[in-house]
Amino acid sequence: MASNRQRRLLALSGAVALALTVAACGGSSGGTSEGKLDTPECAAFADYTGIAGETVTIYSPIRDAEAGLLEQAWAKFADCTGVKIEYEGSGEFEAQLKVRVAGGDAPDLAFIPQPGLLEFFAKGGKLKAAGEKTKAMATQNFAPDWLKYATIDGTLYGAPLGANVKSFVWYSPSLFKEKGWKIPQTWDEMITLSNTMAAAGIKPWCAGIGSQDATGWPATDWIEDVLLREQGPDVYDQWVAHTIPFNDQRIVSATDRVGSILKNEKYVNGGIGGVKSIATTTFQDGGLPVVQKKCGMHRQASFYANQWPQGTKVAEDGDAFAFYLPAIDPAKGKPVLGGGEFVAAFTDGDAVQAVQTYLASADFANSRAKLNNWISANKGLDVANVANPIDKVAVGILQDTGAVFRFDGSDLMPAAVGANSFWKGMTDWINGKDTKATLDFIEASWPK
Amino acid sequence: MSTGTETVVAAPEPEVPRTAAGRVRKKLTSRTASAVSLVIALLWTVPTFGVLVSSIRPENEIKSNGWWNFFTNPQFTLENYNQVLFGARSASGGLAGYFINSLVITIPSVLFPLAFCSLAAYALAWTRFRGRDWVYVGIFALQIVPLQMALIPLLSFFNEGVSLGGVQVLPAWDLEGPGKFITVWFAHTCFALPLGVFLLHNFMAELPGDLVEAAKVDGASHAKIFRRIVLPLIVPALASFGIFQFLWVWNDLLVALIFAPGPKNAPLTVRLAELAGNRGNEWQRLTAAAFVSIIVPLTVFLSLQRYFVRGLLAGSVKG
Amino acid sequence: MSFDFTAEGPKLMMLVYGIVAFAAVVGLLLLVLDVLPSHKDRWVALGLLAPAGLLLLVGLIVPAVRTLILAFMDADSDEFVGLDNFIWMFTDKNSGMLPDFGADPVQYGVLLSTFLWVLLVPTVSTSVGLVYAVLVDRARFESFAKSLIFMPMAISFVGAGIIWKFVYEYRQEGAPQIGLLNQIVVAFGGTPQQWLLDGPWNTLFLIAVMVWIQAGFAMVVLSAAIKAIPADIVEAARLDGVTPWQMFWQVTIPSIRPALVVVMVTISIGTLKIFDIVRTMTGGQFGTSVVANEMYTYSFRADENGKGAALAVLLFVLVIPIVIYQVRVVRRRRLEGAR
Repeated sequence: MASNRQRRLLALSGAVALALTVAACGGSSGGTSEGKLDTPECAAFADYTGIAGETVTIYSPIRDAEAGLLEQAWAKFADCTGVKIEYEGSGEFEAQLKVRVAGGDAPDLAFIPQPGLLEFFAKGGKLKAAGEKTKAMATQNFAPDWLKYATIDGTLYGAPLGANVKSFVWYSPSLFKEKGWKIPQTWDEMITLSNTMAAAGIKPWCAGIGSQDATGWPATDWIEDVLLREQGPDVYDQWVAHTIPFNDQRIVSATDRVGSILKNEKYVNGGIGGVKSIATTTFQDGGLPVVQKKCGMHRQASFYANQWPQGTKVAEDGDAFAFYLPAIDPAKGKPVLGGGEFVAAFTDGDAVQAVQTYLASADFANSRAKLNNWISANKGLDVANVANPIDKVAVGILQDTGAVFRFDGSDLMPAAVGANSFWKGMTDWINGKDTKATLDFIEASWPK
Repeated sequence: MSTGTETVVAAPEPEVPRTAAGRVRKKLTSRTASAVSLVIALLWTVPTFGVLVSSIRPENEIKSNGWWNFFTNPQFTLENYNQVLFGARSASGGLAGYFINSLVITIPSVLFPLAFCSLAAYALAWTRFRGRDWVYVGIFALQIVPLQMALIPLLSFFNEGVSLGGVQVLPAWDLEGPGKFITVWFAHTCFALPLGVFLLHNFMAELPGDLVEAAKVDGASHAKIFRRIVLPLIVPALASFGIFQFLWVWNDLLVALIFAPGPKNAPLTVRLAELAGNRGNEWQRLTAAAFVSIIVPLTVFLSLQRYFVRGLLAGSVKG
Repeated sequence: MSFDFTAEGPKLMMLVYGIVAFAAVVGLLLLVLDVLPSHKDRWVALGLLAPAGLLLLVGLIVPAVRTLILAFMDADSDEFVGLDNFIWMFTDKNSGMLPDFGADPVQYGVLLSTFLWVLLVPTVSTSVGLVYAVLVDRARFESFAKSLIFMPMAISFVGAGIIWKFVYEYRQEGAPQIGLLNQIVVAFGGTPQQWLLDGPWNTLFLIAVMVWIQAGFAMVVLSAAIKAIPADIVEAARLDGVTPWQMFWQVTIPSIRPALVVVMVTISIGTLKIFDIVRTMTGGQFGTSVVANEMYTYSFRADENGKGAALAVLLFVLVIPIVIYQVRVVRRRRLEGAR
């Protein structure tokens, strides 16, 4: 029986292979070997010649529905040029990528959200420098503020892909309207509002820093945002580069300011519990009390728009929306904390470089943005293609020439700090450890 | 299945207790026994049951109140199952492909260890050679090597081959497409060996020595003894090890993520983990996913039940 | 569910190849052994052990040796640093290995937590598995009853994480609870607790998850062993009028002793290596971390290869008592059987 079935399978797969060959021949007999590049609808991709039939593998932390949208966004490019893009997303991306690269199984391209990780691979000689075309495309479409994070020792390794803006505070427009509260324009106004809320019997803040093995990261964003506002971008850069120690007095001061909100029993944790409940609440659940009107404000990145319960209207006149986390000292400018992925190459074939170049193009950014829930720092991105109201605000901030953009610091630091002791330290800090001891612990873990 | 158990076991029916006190005590103990087993069964089932109930509740209900509210305020939906089975991501082609991948990965990854472990366990239990016990203890001790530490060397073994002092001793395997399944089988087989050899060796070493000795005197070869005498007697042990190896492979995520990349090779677990959404915001789908993925292991367990009964017969040979 | 046979065909072919290859290898091996005379034990053993031995060499021995070397090197595996990683582990209080009762909150330390795991998980899950196996043995719905306890093993960890979220989840007083445990506390008039936050209890709540999973393993193996107890022994005891209690201690336990040892040893080693429960439920925070979780964190997230490998070596060391016990078992068996 087994042999019978096997024979049937053999016959079948033979037939299939034959059919595929026929189909392939039929397709190419009409045109050239360049896929469909000479057809009018493919005019936009005329530069990407000579890559038909090649396969490019991509490994990325973006998965599920969002991954489907990415594939949809580059489908036309793939179809026209004839290149095959094999995409794989994983929730364990960071650890898995290290294992694969060390085991000699690196993908062609990877979407790396941590410049620190990109630097780790670049210094280890694993990454290929961006080709001339990619470099030209990247410098044309992205600000130097962004490209510097993918530039190691003067060499550019790739362009940014998506972006998210972290300096947002989520609130309930309907609750604000009901109570007659105004959106705060300065830090002091925000604190006054917090007191008003507390007096009205609504805890002004809610937060959750639980994220399985990455528990603690939302608290690190808080510190970064406040440090950027209190001390300005230069001190921030020195802190990230470790030219000033992690437990410097200025960091202590910024941390204490965060503590005056997150460790203040009068302010937190709206709708969830006391201060310590921040540590055990997942970041996904951390802001939900906002729409239940049990919590006034929730500081979280633009992507939080997708976390609200089904049926929540995310708009300026809806159930949830976000305002820009106001500056502390207006003289220090308009600081913006954000993040994003970079497209780095582990191999340097023509097809790989072509895909890398295309992903840096305005054409791709617009193609992806049209499919919703996505923004980029790409200057060619047309705001008209962004549907989501909060994404529109975020794009506005990213394209604001007056804003000072800084990348999420924990993603820039060495992994021993940025992906371990900083998270752990902040979790202990929420859980009662004092500021000085926490920062001393993190400082001690900085690799020598 | 359970009827099979009873007919075999029917022989030593409990005799009627001789005294009244005995009868009372008997009744009491059997009652306590039932009560205790019921409590354990409840404790073990309630958490799972909660998730089963959750899986048929709407997302907003799951996330805002406890599953027990289903009984006072029943709101029923199959949306979670719909999303798990028919997928949010069009390009991946639904769950069927992943299901096939899981089967293709699991079946050989159970068969190979079963065979290699029983052969090795036989050698360690019933052949005589110098250093036998040390080899056994050595294999046993390898159980402690954490899987994670073996991933990189094994991956580079497949992708870069083996080179000693700059000389390429073994070439890279260069496997593509379905060929990648070989690396997954290989990895799972390696990792299963220490536990398998340990379990089966313990079982084999307990077999009555005279059986084997008698066969040897009759001039039977080791291959014959293994096939005719030892193998039938260790069926229950093979079944238990088989079940656990099956579960381990079926539910594995770590090895699959490294050795079975991409939708073409990845098993069900990889897809299910992905279902939680890009930032874990769709975790309610995992309630349904848990029950979709449990069906196969549970079926395997129930259908292997009868081999445990045969264990009873095997035991009587021993006595 | 669309089923695309053109995509699935080659995979199923691969499965067929795999099974054919399997049959060929095993068949060939047995055939060769058939030809060899049985008194050449050394050659027979070599043939039987060869496949397992080669796979072990590639899959486990080489990685173990590599880990051992890395443990004495620095974070990037460039330079030898001697015992530095081990000195860090046991003297630097930032490594979190040793208890620090002066700290606020009190730090129990990774070693103490790991010890608690290895002490409790094997004993509790074996006891539960054994008691249950005995109680449902020959009961009316044995097969069904057993699958209830077995079920946790069959659920992938992705699912188990959700299951326990619905048990331990915390919501503030007055709000509707999502976690069963807090709902029970509230129903009895108590205040809801954050079960996973405060040591050392949080470790116990994580241990409960592991016990929940492992009891199924113990139950299946022990149940098979109980069924293998020769019927005449049981019968004889019964005719002697022993109580079920005596039967359990004087007949069942001694008869399944080898299986009990196997179960305890296997679960102990599995517990030493446990990390996914800790990782998914608390991320090793709040003092719940164990050695294997630290090993994973340092090796794969923090880019500290040396420390990660040193922690793996610590696991090797921790298993030594169990290995010594095995050596004694083997010695005793040889004395008894004189085989």
